[in-house]
Amino acid sequence: MNESLLPDQIHRAIDYICDAIEQEKDYLSELDGAIGDGDHGVNMAKCFREVKKKLPESQGKDTEGILKDVGMVVLNSVGGAMGALYGTFFLKLAQASSGKKAIQLNDLVEMFQTAEQGILDIGKAKVGDKTLVDTLSPAVRSLEDSRDKGLSLSEALTALETAAKMGMESTKDMIAKIGRASRLGERTIGHQDAGATSCYLILSAMARGLKVT
Amino acid sequence: MKKFINDPYDVVDEMVEGFLDVHSQYVRKLEPVRTLVRKDAPVPDKVGIVTGGGSGHKPAFIGFIGEGMLDAVAVGEIFTSPPPLACFEAAKAVDSGKGVLFLLGNYAGDVMNFQMAADMAKAEGIAVEQVISTDDVGSAPKEKAANRRGVVGSFLGWKIAGAKAAAGGSLEECKAAVEKLNNNTRTLGVALSPCTVPAKGTPTFTLADDEMEYAVGHHGEPGTAKIKMMSADDIAEKMTMEVLEDLPFEAGQEVAVLINGLGGTPHIELYICYRKVKKIMDKQGLKIGRSYVGEFFTGLEMAGFSVTLTRLDDELKALLAASANTPYYKL
Repeated sequence: MNESLLPDQIHRAIDYICDAIEQEKDYLSELDGAIGDGDHGVNMAKCFREVKKKLPESQGKDTEGILKDVGMVVLNSVGGAMGALYGTFFLKLAQASSGKKAIQLNDLVEMFQTAEQGILDIGKAKVGDKTLVDTLSPAVRSLEDSRDKGLSLSEALTALETAAKMGMESTKDMIAKIGRASRLGERTIGHQDAGATSCYLILSAMARGLKVT
Repeated sequence: MKKFINDPYDVVDEMVEGFLDVHSQYVRKLEPVRTLVRKDAPVPDKVGIVTGGGSGHKPAFIGFIGEGMLDAVAVGEIFTSPPPLACFEAAKAVDSGKGVLFLLGNYAGDVMNFQMAADMAKAEGIAVEQVISTDDVGSAPKEKAANRRGVVGSFLGWKIAGAKAAAGGSLEECKAAVEKLNNNTRTLGVALSPCTVPAKGTPTFTLADDEMEYAVGHHGEPGTAKIKMMSADDIAEKMTMEVLEDLPFEAGQEVAVLINGLGGTPHIELYICYRKVKKIMDKQGLKIGRSYVGEFFTGLEMAGFSVTLTRLDDELKALLAASANTPYYKL
């Protein structure tokens, strides 16, 4: 693949995310049902169906425009904590990509750092709290690491997927410290967090979509 | 799952459609957001009282839009907080220039979405304050009271805020009155059966025939323990004593008592439980200044009830006694 990403690739990556969420919606609800209210898959699916429906309107826009469209739909279609968090995620990615024609690894790192900070600011969760931050933060650290090591964009995306997966799996052994599940305390041990899982689905689908040239 | 619905994804929109038709003398809907406001909003020279949250709690929240209570409600999916735009449009529609008070329950999604809405409103020059209710004793220990869920105590908060605003209170005064209400209100709930979120299709927890879910949340969040079935008097006493212990309720004080049905419990049972709570109040030397029995804040079809006690002072008592005219509460 080329060493920079064009708007068409970003557009395709969003489409990959929509499909991944649709495919795994029952799994997400099942995970959420164990320690939450069980609607995560349904709400995510409803949200990304809306994204998919509006995606053709973003065709031809620059990276910032595409990501901003996605962010606004995610933020304002279904609501819930996930709407606010993932809406912020895409809007911050958009914000940090402003004015960039072709996204290089360095830019991608900046975009993900901005998105991570946005999520930390609004969600107030830390690594170890058993939330999507446990997937996102290691993924962002891995991107930084790949940039420092001078890896190619494609290698960096593969590493990001792996880091996100390990992050997601790490939530199994955690006690939920924030959000609805936190009220269950130790009863949450042994269950993988639904938000960490949907975050992995988003990041891995995105990475796969971006790798297609 | 047996429910009278069509496509599970359309449940809330279809409910709103029906509600608007029946209660059009009280409410209208904004476009394109799913936000309902008082028909005559914005009411001149009055603080706007805005709330919102997930659906599935009827008659809360939209049943209490009207004079002396709520000006606007942002309507979320079942048990899911509404998005920021719906909350922001609510604020915009009801602001008369005197500011807007956001009232919300302590849930991660509500807190985040209302915060984003507050930022949007402030950017447009609308004065916004918020109060987060945390009355559910069963959801966190006393030392972590700020982490507690907001449940049916919110209903009393809406009444207090609405009455204060109707009496010409400033934004700060409305906020202070609801904060006082929240600080003096405690609730505890129990369930006999779970509820089923339509889009999920399976119950939120399971119980044996002889079990109750103790300290349950009003979205069917599992409680602190599954306990054996008890008589009305025994469970009402257990819950009331736990609520009483959480605040110093001292003999001679005046209290409001609220027995709230969670959706699937007949009023017969609610009155039986109220009767026992009244006896305990008498024994403790607490005077009941106002009492409520019925469904104010449900969790779909969950069978169960909650006990709420509020310590009253003259201001809270007067505000609870003020007139209100909404689809589901008139005084």
